[in-house]
Amino acid sequence: MRNKRPHSEEAAQTCFWPIRITSKLPDTMVHFTTEEKAAVASLWAKVNVEVVGGESLARLLIVYPWTQRFFDSFGNLYSESAIMGNPKVKAHGRKVLNSFGNAIEHMDDLKGTFADLSELHCDKLHVDPENFRLLGNMILIVLATHFSKEFTPQMQASWQKLTNAVANALAHKYH
Amino acid sequence: MSLTRAERTIIVSMWSKISTQADLIGTETLERLFSCYPQAKTYFPHFDLHTGSAQLRAHGSRVVAAVGDAVKSIDNVTSALSKLSELHAYVLRVDPVNFKFLSHCLLVTLASHFPADFTADVHAAWDKFLSIVSGVLTEKYR
Repeated sequence: MRNKRPHSEEAAQTCFWPIRITSKLPDTMVHFTTEEKAAVASLWAKVNVEVVGGESLARLLIVYPWTQRFFDSFGNLYSESAIMGNPKVKAHGRKVLNSFGNAIEHMDDLKGTFADLSELHCDKLHVDPENFRLLGNMILIVLATHFSKEFTPQMQASWQKLTNAVANALAHKYH
Repeated sequence: MSLTRAERTIIVSMWSKISTQADLIGTETLERLFSCYPQAKTYFPHFDLHTGSAQLRAHGSRVVAAVGDAVKSIDNVTSALSKLSELHAYVLRVDPVNFKFLSHCLLVTLASHFPADFTADVHAAWDKFLSIVSGVLTEKYR
């Protein structure tokens, strides 16, 4: 298809010219291979969402204390043991990880799946998307402590790709 | 950012466990780095990066030994890693983002090898320590 572009700014303003899209929009979607999907699903089936979710959020708040800024209403966050034992942290961690479960079922359309949550985190919660990356890394480390040798470099790579993609999907609607 | 006395104790104690499997941990860290962050491979076009490669093992050992040097001089990491800092600034010029990737992969390796020991406090101390090490290695960049 030939693209008839006006040859100058002046021409563009003075003549009608048909606009043809000759090049595809860049493909920004993440593609997961069959193997990656299988690896993620196989581990997910064994994940205790409450435990892993709670621990991941707790580690985020412990390792990066500035992230506590979003959780003023959570009560006692004054020590590692307080955070690890905090029921609100556990409950919220479980909620967040359940959302990951949703991601795993829709790995081919993460941006669509997280569109509403993205708007929420931007417009209502005002969360810097960097926090999504940090939390994703916490999830991986907790998975490593739970699954040890089973959490091979290849397994980590598949999960790393997922957490990165979820972080990007959650940031997608930010403005 | 500096380490508290409690953090130093945690780091040194964890290191004594790491040092028993230092080479293995170093190699696995690099394997994880290259699997998860393929862009890191651009700094090693001259290496065979397949699992089990002698070069990968040698380099993994070297990386973890440097971490060990930092632990042994935990009160003065800047001085301990001075030469390495110059090497990275003037010769290697690895983009700073890769230090975060490498640190993360080392933490995942530790979590995988020492699940019971790698508590949240230990995790926090080591994350901070590696962040300091990364800072020292990039402080002469510009």
